[in-house]
Amino acid sequence: MPNPIPQPTIVQPAERENYLNTKYGVWSWLLTTDHKRIALLYLISITFFFFIGGFFALLIRLELLTPAGDLVQADTYNKLFTMHGMVMVFFFLIPSIPAVLGNFLVPMMVGAKDLAFPRINLLSWYLYIIGGVMMLHCMLTGGVDTGWTFYAPFSTNFTNTKIVEAGLAIFVAGFSSILTGLNFVVTIHRMRAPGMTWSRLPLFIWAHYATSIIQLLGTPVIAVTIVMVAAERALHLGIFDPKLGGDPLLFQHLFWFYSHPAVYIMILPAMGVVTEIIACFSRKRIFGYSFVAFSSIAIAVFGFLVWAHHMFVAGMSVYAALVFSLLSYAVAVPSAIKVFNWTATLYKGSIHYDAPMLYAFGFLGLFTIGGLTGLFLAALGIDVHVTDTYFVVAHFHYIMVGGAVMGYLGGMHFWWPKISGKLYPEGWARLAALIVFIGFNLTFFPQFLLGYMGMPRRYYDYSHMPEFQVLNVLSTAGATVLGVGYLLPMIYFLWSMRYGKPASDNPWNAAGLEWKTASPPPTFNFDEEPVVTWEAYNYEELDSPDKDAPHNEEVPVAR
Amino acid sequence: MASRVDALYIFLLIVTGMMTLLIFICLVYFAARFRSRPGVRAEQIEGSTALEVTWSTIPFLIFMVIFAWGAVVYFKERTPPSDSTEVYVVAKQWMWKLEHAEGQREINELHVPVGRDVRMIMTSQDVIHSFFIPAFRIKQDVLPGRYTVAWFRATKPGTYHLFCAEYCGTQHSGMVGSIVVLEPAQYETWMNGGSTGPLSATGEKIFAELGCSTCHGSDTQGRGPNLHGVFGKPVQLEDGRTVTADENYLRECILDPGTKRVKGFQPIMPTFQGLVSEEQVNALVAYIKSIAAAKGEAVKSVSTAAPPAQTNAQKNRSQVQ
Repeated sequence: MPNPIPQPTIVQPAERENYLNTKYGVWSWLLTTDHKRIALLYLISITFFFFIGGFFALLIRLELLTPAGDLVQADTYNKLFTMHGMVMVFFFLIPSIPAVLGNFLVPMMVGAKDLAFPRINLLSWYLYIIGGVMMLHCMLTGGVDTGWTFYAPFSTNFTNTKIVEAGLAIFVAGFSSILTGLNFVVTIHRMRAPGMTWSRLPLFIWAHYATSIIQLLGTPVIAVTIVMVAAERALHLGIFDPKLGGDPLLFQHLFWFYSHPAVYIMILPAMGVVTEIIACFSRKRIFGYSFVAFSSIAIAVFGFLVWAHHMFVAGMSVYAALVFSLLSYAVAVPSAIKVFNWTATLYKGSIHYDAPMLYAFGFLGLFTIGGLTGLFLAALGIDVHVTDTYFVVAHFHYIMVGGAVMGYLGGMHFWWPKISGKLYPEGWARLAALIVFIGFNLTFFPQFLLGYMGMPRRYYDYSHMPEFQVLNVLSTAGATVLGVGYLLPMIYFLWSMRYGKPASDNPWNAAGLEWKTASPPPTFNFDEEPVVTWEAYNYEELDSPDKDAPHNEEVPVAR
Repeated sequence: MASRVDALYIFLLIVTGMMTLLIFICLVYFAARFRSRPGVRAEQIEGSTALEVTWSTIPFLIFMVIFAWGAVVYFKERTPPSDSTEVYVVAKQWMWKLEHAEGQREINELHVPVGRDVRMIMTSQDVIHSFFIPAFRIKQDVLPGRYTVAWFRATKPGTYHLFCAEYCGTQHSGMVGSIVVLEPAQYETWMNGGSTGPLSATGEKIFAELGCSTCHGSDTQGRGPNLHGVFGKPVQLEDGRTVTADENYLRECILDPGTKRVKGFQPIMPTFQGLVSEEQVNALVAYIKSIAAAKGEAVKSVSTAAPPAQTNAQKNRSQVQ
């Protein structure tokens, strides 16, 4: 169609210098100290491990389709659920949001050029990769069959699988987690732009700050636990096995002292992501900013005091159980505060239903169910019945997959235009969000029922109790749907890198410094150090029809 | 027990169901009512301390009710009634070995009479297992190197699943069995077959064979303490502590005599670690318990989990060790 108005020549975004096109070649990536490139390295690595862990999950679900153990051998099945847990926890969930989105966004959100220690940041990725390669080697040469919980004395003196090797892989990867946490704490303390006070920080930063504290204080404990397991296994030092004079409950205390807070390493960053998304797509400031911020810190602190609620039937004293049950209810309060504040934020908002918001809604629903079923498990009398059954399996998948992975995917969609400079196809993304939500519930809701009916977890063969089959079939059907839901985003993200429409600097018209720079951002994020004079979530100003409203100006960036 | 757990479960279903409904109704209503419309801008709201306090306090109070209720149910689960039938359970990869106090031995199957309290005194030969009867809503980990205790009372005849609920290796899912609950008459018939005599009698034989009676003489205080009437009583230790002589204490004294030596005795007893099987330890414990009752003392079954009030501190320490 002929256009009567002559169009001005548009500067092609590809010509703009940014962190992606500033240098090419393998070494420019492998030796980069740019937090954004390291974030992408992490993205590729954790996606790889996510699909490995997902493949194991699919085999587990296929085996459980029929009561008899007919698809794989018992030992293979035991290795499958062990590897699924270890890969998903240590090589996907723990690094997922912090190492990808956190790495990419923390410096930008506080207005810094990079993290405080860029080289340590690169080192943390290498440690992750070394740990990952060790884990892959371990899996390819036989694997481990203890469950990701490594309970002693089974792990130390009975199984003949590769415990020490898997332990070392986790040991090394743990340092990567510690270094990421260290980098975030120092960056958030020391590198905030002028005017970026603690009360102006995005809540994503508060969530990552809380997470980092757990990473720093908790991870060393799992490291020493692994060393003790290796020492008992290799040197027969009596630590956990009563035959050698050890105490098996000591292992469980040490293991859960890290592994319970580790759940908060997974969920707190997702809470941070969801907070940003809800604010943006309701066009509102977050209801009760300081309560949401401090509830993150409260969760991090209380999270360290509830570990033994995994051990109510382990043979602990009843009085210890009482204390840990009480404290577990205490940690539920800050989580409840968050859910109420997110809900209240929607009130009188102007709500948009783009894909990130769909994931945030999904998160809210699934996290609520996951959290409330936690009340069942914290109730001593009920825990005795449902612990170590599928009820627990369903509960922690609602938190760790329904919560953390929904948050991760929501965040990936929300910041994808910033990361790649391209728009993802919105229709497909909404469809994928719907498929994930339906598939997830179909997979895991039946497991709550299975658990209360008494099906123990980690059962390869349930031919003695065929009454459990119907629910298992539903769960397996759901898992295939869920698998499709997870493949879709990977496909269209890759597609959009080549064919997607170029994204503007701020396609969502969102608050936050990361949206005030180019998409993709230049290597040092901002051309000039930004000076912050506005509160977080200043959507009122952003949506103001008055173009001259204060703080609506762009921070200058390289063109 | 099942009905107590189910009552709390139903209460929790109602409470959490209402909370879920409340949140979901708000979510759906807000999402629909406040969807973006052209020309309508969001109304900025700072927050509300009053609301924050309300929605922190009310859930917390509800949580405390759940906590207290859960704790009551748990204490009942963990406190076996005093005159229960006793069954010694030895778990191993991948089998349950059960021995009635009356001497009947079973594998992966436990016959019990309806309406009687049954107390299981359990230990493991190798790794951690977990004794789980879903129908009775009970579960207790079974550990190597110590006793743990669980109890139940079946109210309806029938056959119920017994599962191992703590992952224990290759055939974990094969470590299943059944609890057969019989009418009292049927149970009597069942009991009359296949016994080798009461477990305590077996224990008495082992006690003599191992030469325990040389020091732990029945009449006088010899080189070792007289064991008559000891079970269930507080014992003064050499290091000044007082412990209750429960099953775990007796077991520890047989396998590791040095650590909790009775006041006034020399450390001369050798360890029997490795010399006696778990079943033999059980028999010895059953025997020592039986001679507490024989003297006319009331045997008070002391739970390993809920000790009598005056010795709580000592008890807890002994469990942690």
